[in-house]
Amino acid sequence: MKLGFTEEDEAFRLSVAGWLQENLRGKFEKIRFCGGPGDEHRLFKERLGWEKRLVKGGWSGIGWPVAYGGRGCSLEQQVIFHEEYARAGGPGRVNHIGESLLGPTLIAFGSEQQKQRFLPNILAAEELWCQGYSEPNAGSDLANIATRATWSAQANKWRITGQKIWTSLAHAAHWCFIIARIDPDAKGHKGLGFFLVRMNQPGIEVRPITQMTGTSEFNAVFFDAAECDVDCMVGQPGDGWKIAMGLLEIERGVSTLGQQMLFQNQLAGLVRIAKANQAAQDPAICQRIADAHIGLKIMRYNAMRALSSNNAGHRLDRAGITCKLYWSTWHRNLGNLAMDILGPEAELVKNDRYELSWLQSLFLFTRADTIYGGTNQIQRNIIAERGLGLPRESRHP
Amino acid sequence: MDFSFSENQNLIADSAHAFLTDRSASSAVRAMMATAEGFDIALWHQITQQMGWHLTHIPEALGGLGMGYVELCILLERMGYHLLCAPFFSTVCLGVNALLVAATPEQRAATLKQTADTGKSYALAYTGQGRRWGVDSISGNYELVQDGAMLNGTYNYVIDGHTADRLIVAARKTGTHAEHGLALFMTDADAPGISRRWTPGMDQTRKLAEVTFDNVEIAADNILQKEAGSGDYCNQILALACIALAAEQVGVAEKSMALAVAYISERKQFGRAVGSFQAMKHKAADMLMRVEAARSAVYYAACIADEFLQQAPLGQELIEAASIAKAYCCDAAFFNAGTALQMHGGAGFTWEYDIQLYFKRAKAAQVSFGDSAWHKERLAQMILGDTG
Repeated sequence: MKLGFTEEDEAFRLSVAGWLQENLRGKFEKIRFCGGPGDEHRLFKERLGWEKRLVKGGWSGIGWPVAYGGRGCSLEQQVIFHEEYARAGGPGRVNHIGESLLGPTLIAFGSEQQKQRFLPNILAAEELWCQGYSEPNAGSDLANIATRATWSAQANKWRITGQKIWTSLAHAAHWCFIIARIDPDAKGHKGLGFFLVRMNQPGIEVRPITQMTGTSEFNAVFFDAAECDVDCMVGQPGDGWKIAMGLLEIERGVSTLGQQMLFQNQLAGLVRIAKANQAAQDPAICQRIADAHIGLKIMRYNAMRALSSNNAGHRLDRAGITCKLYWSTWHRNLGNLAMDILGPEAELVKNDRYELSWLQSLFLFTRADTIYGGTNQIQRNIIAERGLGLPRESRHP
Repeated sequence: MDFSFSENQNLIADSAHAFLTDRSASSAVRAMMATAEGFDIALWHQITQQMGWHLTHIPEALGGLGMGYVELCILLERMGYHLLCAPFFSTVCLGVNALLVAATPEQRAATLKQTADTGKSYALAYTGQGRRWGVDSISGNYELVQDGAMLNGTYNYVIDGHTADRLIVAARKTGTHAEHGLALFMTDADAPGISRRWTPGMDQTRKLAEVTFDNVEIAADNILQKEAGSGDYCNQILALACIALAAEQVGVAEKSMALAVAYISERKQFGRAVGSFQAMKHKAADMLMRVEAARSAVYYAACIADEFLQQAPLGQELIEAASIAKAYCCDAAFFNAGTALQMHGGAGFTWEYDIQLYFKRAKAAQVSFGDSAWHKERLAQMILGDTG
């Protein structure tokens, strides 16, 4: 066991911090600390501009292999980048679904032709992506997908019909990756395909869903015989579930690395407010701030363990599968704490357009954290079954 | 950065687990907990003379094995898991640590060498009656006299105090308060003027004692006075103890979970294993999440303790890391033990099933060396500064 990063990694940290300091200013000053879950609707165009600046600096796809135009950074360096990015107040990445989720999935499962066609435009933030997994009747039971993909020999295309829901940024995306059922007689995770579908076409309608924050960053997406080219299915028919699960693992692994620094910014913000408004004189509030501090530090140690190379065997798996339950619960509690630090002031919104403060957004949006990406209840099923070998829930008979 | 166990460290864990599975089975624990001494002297000799566990983090130059706090915590985690009844925590995590932190090089060379060779056991007399464990709870008194010091006062909650060969004593100069006027002393436990009494406890697997000093003379070279600032030393000794206790509690948390999972996998109601009900599975999942988080907290703190003992820069995080580990791990262990007890149903309330032993140990750990509220208060002061 060794704490601390290598000299090489610390030099990398300096170069990241230096670049951010030089670039995240001027016209980009106003998007600092902007965006991210719960705040995706704000200053989208400006943040897309920032994405292009990152591309120019070589900070897009830093974890991708060099062969596919990435920077080939080690996991440690990716963590460092995420940490410095959050520390500098880097805005929520509008390209993260393509860059962090689909890109690595195509690198793992895509054909050479698909890689050549899609990866460069993801890296360049020229084509934005959204993720079409959940459906009205396929939430926790994701395998209950009803969206159909049928092969039209006549058109030489796949036709997609059905409905996706909770699709973040669908209104801004050029493409959507979906899982859809190819074999109508197959049940559960069998008979599914993984498709890349162009958003701008007559067969697709995007309807925003207004969240309890009053804002909207996800959507219902309706597919009515939407077209998908023959070479836009990833893998073979029937591979859909395997590819979707591979992607979820990426989602639960690498892309959560940076969030502790974001959380730390949030906690530091709460501490500043508590000191200013005297909440910090309340011993009960002090206890909860200390509690949040403990929880966040341990979250970081958990991530360090998960990252460490030879942590093989069941202990890593056990630590890994508890991550989502751990951080989502921590973050939800932070949202509560934010309101309680504010006291009665927590009630007042900025204006008659229901514009919320960042603390109010935090409070409300952290209620989504314990739901999306597998609810806390589903997480507990997974932990109990895979981590402790308890009997599995009955699934599709 | 590498936050994982080396092959050698895994080996230490495996061999400790094998040894304790054999020597600290439930029957052995129950036999020892029924005695006043609380441990089997033959087993203690085996631990010190054959296994050499007490030497783990003592530097090689002082006759130790020269490994680190991480290795020590690996052993402690297993000891907690098996509820080992032995004066290991008191000797190594209190006695040896006090000497490492506060003794002069000459004192260290003499006493640690002796400890290494003979396996003499230690206890730390620290608090009088305070429910909190800050340095202000040190209430025993000393006066400097010609050729040494004179100790007076009554100490409570002294782990293994009635059986220890040697005592480390924290005391304050008469009339001083808080971190001022503190000093640490060492003495043979049977020196004239010392009376010791076993105070039976709810957790029978770890024995507590009351130790009274009545005009006890301490020779000058038995005063641990590396420099001025014994208040810092006391805090540091306490911090190292908290990390060690937290490591034991990771073992307690894991074993509680293991007992519950085994029970609900066997027990059938409504024609199925009760472990197949989500109400049970979700409790088990909450336990596993805490075990893993607690383990992360302990091994980070253990790395910091190593940095501290080697006077490396990150050592300055010692107090913070210790409070984080103590608060989180003790609460996690108690949550797990309490949850596991509930999951046992009626069996959990019986003397026969072992979960009650873990439940009691977990509560004992929570309330000693500063409860979670006290450690959080200390952390809040670090975070919030004077406004807290």
